Amino acid sequence: MRKGDRLKEKIIKKEQIGKWLEKLGKDYEIWAPVKKNGLVSFYPIQSAKEIYFDFLNSKKTPKDLFFPQSEVLLSFPKEEVGKEVKTILQKPRIIFAIRPCDAKSLALLDQVFDSEDYQDPYYVERREGILLVGLACTHPQQSCFCTSVGGGPFEKAHLDLVMADLGDGKYFVEALTQLGEGLMQRDDSLQDVQEKDREKLAKTKEEAEEKVKSKLVTKGLEKKLDKIFDSPLWDRVHQRCLGCGICTYLCSTCHCFALLDEKDKARVKRIRNWDSCMFPEFTVEASGHNPRISNRERMRQRVMHKFNYFVERYGETACVGCGRCIQSCPVNIDIREIIEEIRNE
Amino acid sequence: MQESEKELREVAKKLLLEKKVDLIIGYEEGTLPLRTRPIFIREADETKKLVWNFRCENNLCFYLKMAKERVGIVAKGCDIRSIIGLIKERQIKRENIFIIGVPCSGIIDRKKIEDILEGRELLEGIESDSQIILKGEGLEEKVDKDKLVHASCKSCKYRNPVLYDTLIGKEVSQGEGEEYSDVEEFASKSDNERWAYFNDEASRCIRCYACRNVCPACYCPQCFVDQSLPTWFGRTLHPSDTLIFHIIRTLHIAGRCVDCGACSRVCPMNIELRMLNKKAEKDVKELYHYEAGISLEELPPMATFKMDDPQEFIK
Repeated sequence: MRKGDRLKEKIIKKEQIGKWLEKLGKDYEIWAPVKKNGLVSFYPIQSAKEIYFDFLNSKKTPKDLFFPQSEVLLSFPKEEVGKEVKTILQKPRIIFAIRPCDAKSLALLDQVFDSEDYQDPYYVERREGILLVGLACTHPQQSCFCTSVGGGPFEKAHLDLVMADLGDGKYFVEALTQLGEGLMQRDDSLQDVQEKDREKLAKTKEEAEEKVKSKLVTKGLEKKLDKIFDSPLWDRVHQRCLGCGICTYLCSTCHCFALLDEKDKARVKRIRNWDSCMFPEFTVEASGHNPRISNRERMRQRVMHKFNYFVERYGETACVGCGRCIQSCPVNIDIREIIEEIRNE
Repeated sequence: MQESEKELREVAKKLLLEKKVDLIIGYEEGTLPLRTRPIFIREADETKKLVWNFRCENNLCFYLKMAKERVGIVAKGCDIRSIIGLIKERQIKRENIFIIGVPCSGIIDRKKIEDILEGRELLEGIESDSQIILKGEGLEEKVDKDKLVHASCKSCKYRNPVLYDTLIGKEVSQGEGEEYSDVEEFASKSDNERWAYFNDEASRCIRCYACRNVCPACYCPQCFVDQSLPTWFGRTLHPSDTLIFHIIRTLHIAGRCVDCGACSRVCPMNIELRMLNKKAEKDVKELYHYEAGISLEELPPMATFKMDDPQEFIK
């Protein structure tokens, strides 16, 4: 390890985090996991005391901080047609304690909203103003399968800074970008890393990786899907589906939306709302015809988009293995089983 | 419990072998601890997968709404009340449904388990007749089943099916009966307090519509909230959009809701709007002396007119 690398690593005690965040809070709006009504989600915080550090993962993904579920894109008085109102972040933001799987999902969304062909100004503006401070996942759940889709509980990709709970009241902190380094340097009370901390980190990482028990083979899945578009498999896997939007709205990579214009007495608004391929209206054409007539076609679309179309277009699977769809499906539809079935078909 | 499961499998197998039904809809074990899930069985051999226990939380009537065959359905007291509603409203034909009634002393509410877990992961759940052992990393807790029973089941007085073609197992003791003290207490609060409560609940809504989709009383081919020509309601997350959806749904199912609790169990955001539905149920009961899903003959109050119906609203 080079000397410069070591400077990018520090140790912070749990009780020091509050002070550190206080310093960062002067220039950044900090969003972190907070437990409200029994659910953990990302909220802006004033103090580290509000943070729920022991969360498995948040119920909702942090994607709505970049791509809100409902956003006014344009709004103008009826008389002033064409005047654009853009949302601008008041302050740069930090998403504190984002899980590696959710960070990976942002990298996937970047390909959609910030590509060479197309830049979504609303997404891009937020993305550029937000720093990602990751919290390595020491408690992967039974439903997690990040290691099968190119991730891992201690994966550092796409983060500015990563922290790992060493379990002894200390966190290992590593800066991964210049901006991340800047965040670390804000607090000079962070301590140097000792060899035993490094050993602890390696051990914690190994233990976490062992906890990811679900192993799926996703390699070549896209080719298999090419061949089974009309397979009776789809008759089987959709049977239980209620056709609700839980799996899509809690998914960290789903990104479909619908535009709607609204007007009241004074103003006209163009609003972008999330939409779900599991809803019948998603594909209703102007004639009234609906090419995806039942849950069979809709569920096939969801699987195809994640494991075939996205792979074809961007070279990666649009699933990060966070397991939220498995955990929250009211009828226990399990994407791991569906992948297995596809492979065995 | 195990005996009734055995009986259930035998009954289902016989129904398929004798070709009395084409399809059995019931429950099987799921892929996560303590979870069961709907299963669709067409082959007699598959009936060994059927389970029946106090974890069978789904109201399977959703699947009757689209069934075109003769279906045998495993149904709890509340599910049967939903079936009666669907027959009365001519959504399904009685002769196409074979009701395998299961007396039910209440199913468990997974949200209560989550409260006990306090963020820890449940790795295993072991059940006995009256207790559940919750196991996780550094966790082993014995909990009485009674403490985990869903709110709707606690007060249920139709734990034994009111209509069935065959009954599995023995009848059970009924619940405490309607209890509207919580509704009355809530109704006595100020407008502002009530408004704040509903706004707070609706503010978590992500518009996944799981509550509507799972509801046996919600079967409109197109829901008012999905119509876009014209768009009746906004699609944003503002409570003026989300709350109006929930309030209108309550009004649409007033006098039809059987308080099966499926809407609150499927909600991923822990939204608790049962209070609204209970209030509607109470009003219908007081005004029209009617309870939904009890008899096939009694006409639904919203579809009939009687000279002695309360008419105080006509001034």
